[in-house]
Amino acid sequence: MSPWQNFIKGFIKENPVFVLVLGTCPTLAVTTSVANAIGMGLSTTFVLVTSNIAIAALKDFIPDKVRIPCFIVVIASFVTIVDLVMAGFFQVIHSQLGIFIPLIVVNCIVLGRAEAYAAKNSLLPSAIDGLSMGLGFTFALLILSTVREALGEGSFLGHKFIHSDGILFFILAPGAFIVFGYVIAIINRLNRCKK
Amino acid sequence: MEYVLMIISAVLVNNIVLTQFLGICPFLGVSKRLSTALGMGGGVVFVMTLSTIITYLIQTYILVPFKIEFMQTIIYILVIAALVQMVEIMLKKVSPALYQALGVYLPLITTNCTILGVAILVVRKEFNLIESTVFAISNSVGFTFALIIFAGIRERLELLEIPKAMKGIPLALVLAGLLSLAFMGFSGIVH
Repeated sequence: MSPWQNFIKGFIKENPVFVLVLGTCPTLAVTTSVANAIGMGLSTTFVLVTSNIAIAALKDFIPDKVRIPCFIVVIASFVTIVDLVMAGFFQVIHSQLGIFIPLIVVNCIVLGRAEAYAAKNSLLPSAIDGLSMGLGFTFALLILSTVREALGEGSFLGHKFIHSDGILFFILAPGAFIVFGYVIAIINRLNRCKK
Repeated sequence: MEYVLMIISAVLVNNIVLTQFLGICPFLGVSKRLSTALGMGGGVVFVMTLSTIITYLIQTYILVPFKIEFMQTIIYILVIAALVQMVEIMLKKVSPALYQALGVYLPLITTNCTILGVAILVVRKEFNLIESTVFAISNSVGFTFALIIFAGIRERLELLEIPKAMKGIPLALVLAGLLSLAFMGFSGIVH
């Protein structure tokens, strides 16, 4: 796989949210607004890239039997870094995302890529893979949050373009599930049409 | 009395899966059969209660006095991973039948965001040990409750004709949305 193909796969073909259906918890929780979605997406991308690099670099030194706990410690360390940096420099987003920042450590995408890719490939491809999956994740969050914020508040990134109340349903929990379900259904349909 | 309110709140009003969005991955993955749903639910109740107690004690007696709260994420996830491993080993010896029944779902509980989520939540909400334990038990019961309802409905849906694009995950998500909407009816019970 060429580096470009490696990079582009996370957006459509192997999109972690819509195709692999991983990382669904933060997807539903933070897509109430586009700003939160971008914040979460970029934080997860940072953790993905750094932990993929670290694990690809350390893979020859980690005994096979304890590899999962080792991966988890590596990932948890980078998540702690992200958490502290956000608490220091991006307090608003930090308080909006709340508990989902430390929960990046159990985001199935991160451990999944570490296990499936970084543990078997060298540094640069692993870094590109992490970037691809992270940006693909951000892309998916962007789509969902645009829909939810537009319908629920009539705004985008906080700027209202419909100057009245939105449909509250889309900001609340049920709306999250249903929008997500229909977006996957639409993508399934589009994928089948291509073939 | 407030414990009763806490239980009602955790199971019905602020159900961990349907309103807090924790535990969606196993929720979508394990809920196709009622029997696996029950097994997963039981595992979660056990692991969540035990891990909340242990991580709470670590937070109170080690992390805070030594001022290393930033180690919370790393220590918590290690404790949970170790606990699940221990439970797996114990279960193999004590009750091989139950071990077989839970199968592959037991290690999956480690990456279940509910376990880590509840462990962190009790610290953020500043509960004491008893409140944390009640919170953990009721949230895991709430998870199991939602999972059982979901699995029951999905088993029935298997028998119907569904548009190809909606098959599987999309339908499950729409179903979860409707379930979440139904549970919204409970809001206002606890004020």
